[in-house]
Amino acid sequence: MDAILLQILNGLDKGSAYALIALGLTLIFGTLGVVNFAHGALFMLGAFCSVTLSRLLTLSFETIDETKTDFLGNPMKVKTPYVEAWFGPETGAAIIDWAVPLSILFAIPIMISIGFAMERGLIKHFYKRPHADQILVTFGLAIVLQEIIKYFFGANPIPTPAPDVFKGSFDFGVLLGFDPNVIIYPYWRMVYFLFAMIIIGGVFAFLQFTTFGMVVRAGMADRETVGLLGIDIDKRFTMMFGLAAAVAGLAGVMYAPINSPNYHMGMDFLVLSFVVVVVGGMGSLPGAVLAGFLLGILESFASMTWVKSILPGIDQIIIYLVAIIILLTRPRGLMGRKGVMED
Amino acid sequence: MLGLDKKDTTLLLVVIALAMFAPFLLNPFPSGSAMAQFNAGYPDLMQRFVIFGIFAIGFNILFGLTGYLSFGHAAFLGVGSYSAVWMFKLLSMNVVPAILLAMVIAGLFSVLIGFVSLRRSGIYFSILTLAFAQMSFNLAYSVLTPITNGETGLQLTLDDPRVLGQSATDQGGIPVTNFFGIEMRATHTLDVGAWSFDFNAGYYLCAIIMIFAFYISLRIFRSPFGLMLRAVKSNQQRLNYTGLNPKPYTLAAFIISGMYAGLAGGLMASMDPLAGAERMQWTASGEVVLMTILGGAGTLIGPVLGAGFIKYFENIFSKINDNVLHQWFAFLPDGMEDTLVFLVHPFVGKGWHLTLGILFMLVVTFLPGGLVEGGQRLSRLLRRGRKDEDAGPDPEHHPKETPHVAE
Repeated sequence: MDAILLQILNGLDKGSAYALIALGLTLIFGTLGVVNFAHGALFMLGAFCSVTLSRLLTLSFETIDETKTDFLGNPMKVKTPYVEAWFGPETGAAIIDWAVPLSILFAIPIMISIGFAMERGLIKHFYKRPHADQILVTFGLAIVLQEIIKYFFGANPIPTPAPDVFKGSFDFGVLLGFDPNVIIYPYWRMVYFLFAMIIIGGVFAFLQFTTFGMVVRAGMADRETVGLLGIDIDKRFTMMFGLAAAVAGLAGVMYAPINSPNYHMGMDFLVLSFVVVVVGGMGSLPGAVLAGFLLGILESFASMTWVKSILPGIDQIIIYLVAIIILLTRPRGLMGRKGVMED
Repeated sequence: MLGLDKKDTTLLLVVIALAMFAPFLLNPFPSGSAMAQFNAGYPDLMQRFVIFGIFAIGFNILFGLTGYLSFGHAAFLGVGSYSAVWMFKLLSMNVVPAILLAMVIAGLFSVLIGFVSLRRSGIYFSILTLAFAQMSFNLAYSVLTPITNGETGLQLTLDDPRVLGQSATDQGGIPVTNFFGIEMRATHTLDVGAWSFDFNAGYYLCAIIMIFAFYISLRIFRSPFGLMLRAVKSNQQRLNYTGLNPKPYTLAAFIISGMYAGLAGGLMASMDPLAGAERMQWTASGEVVLMTILGGAGTLIGPVLGAGFIKYFENIFSKINDNVLHQWFAFLPDGMEDTLVFLVHPFVGKGWHLTLGILFMLVVTFLPGGLVEGGQRLSRLLRRGRKDEDAGPDPEHHPKETPHVAE
């Protein structure tokens, strides 16, 4: 029982990342009908937003401290980040410590503008081209974005720590009456899960309860009729692309402390997220979220030792296996709508 | 000749000539001169040209003719490599059984994967093949380590049994791959004045196989079977309505292209007897897609051109560093020289992939027919300039747009 609970918890954070990326992919696909292979790159860009901000915050100047000497007897140079000089040492240190959560504010405008630029500059010209062309051009874009990041940040993963408050783990089992130290769960992963839930809830609420969201949903169901009603649906869809980019970016920002960002993390997640979208059903937002968590949890179950001892290697292939079975038995995916991308 | 019409015979002869005289064509600059770094006529690179040419020709039979975009073709290449290396380990260092086994095993694999994946089409097909390829890649890395040697990659060792050969040479080294006694690494260097040309046995084996592969693909393109595949691409629904089942045709195309990939993998292992899982990764599958599209999907010569283009620039571009750039722009004033070097720097050397990505995006956006279409447009433009007549768009590549009332 405790082992099962632990695996469910372990699956949640990966599942949250899958769900967030898949949500963005589905938003783009459902609104614009575009298969976006560059979505993983957007996730990666988000992660590098937090790297950038934490680097910006730690920009420092050097002063010579006469009171201290280094081992050669020379006066020691002390680096002081500008932030600490401006806001005082304590506030400054706190700001640096909270770089990753602060990056959320930093990332939102950046990701939205990247999304806008992508849609207006490139994707717009591909609405009427076949899906294969869309896949290919966004694949090319993903390579370009990835290489740009590699050029500026290098090929190695860059550790980006979470705030000190969230270091360490939470003993989850004690709450439920298990022995201590059986079910422990890092605080940051809990934060990530909650964050993902907030974002997902926010997106759904936005689509469900605002007039804008209503129009977008109407456009997803029948673009032509909405257009005939005199609504400029393209403009709204562009905004949805920006939103989807922001969702992917935020998923990346908060994921940075879990897995040190490197330039190809997006590609690694992209393949899995596509599988998630297909399992959930093309164009179905709840399906994407459900499938994201489901596959995340399944993956962590498959990596339990006794499962691996029965079926060696299952942890490596479980997601693909599930995808193949689902695609062949339920062509529409778990919650796919009728008539969307069925062939 | 050989059942080809005049135009195709010319094409085949051009390919044969290109392949046979590649050591001359690719070494246009005297060795030791400043331009020698643009020479591509060394055996290792030439082998890669033709091997990836074979891979792309095979991929084109599936993607170019049927329109099914597979994102998992590298899996077949990897499987081919592994089986070839096993053949070297167990049977003999002769490349013939290794290449044959590579094709057979890759063929069997593609029967399996194709049978399942081809039940869906469009993007679902792409994702299914991608899933299968990633599964093979992950398995090769983890559980199948006894067969694939995991991260290290499968290599020859001194205690391999090698039933029809020797485990180790008299000098105590690992024997080299050969074709009935001709060592694959045997290279004859011909010096003519300042030029030097390398003739490598392995390259010529690969080149002959590629010519053969090209001929087969030519015949497939011109056959009734090829027409059926084109019909699948242009309108599968209509094909279904006429009472034809497209599945056997697409499956056959999938298996053929899988075997081409296996052949390429087997050749790769024959030239350099090791095999690693990274050959199966989906980025490797993406590479062959890039080659085919860049050259021109659905055209005969396109994939070969694309493969050569990408492999050539990968090697040459990645060798250009800041020193070379400074040499190039040395005639400019210092400030301008530095600025230019600074501007070009991100696109060369390690940044070659950036150039490739940008190029690929441009090609997909503006030139969906790839280099071949570019060439056609250029020649049409030239002809128009000369004769001042409108040749009109090529009917094969630009089907008449059907008029539609509403989008």
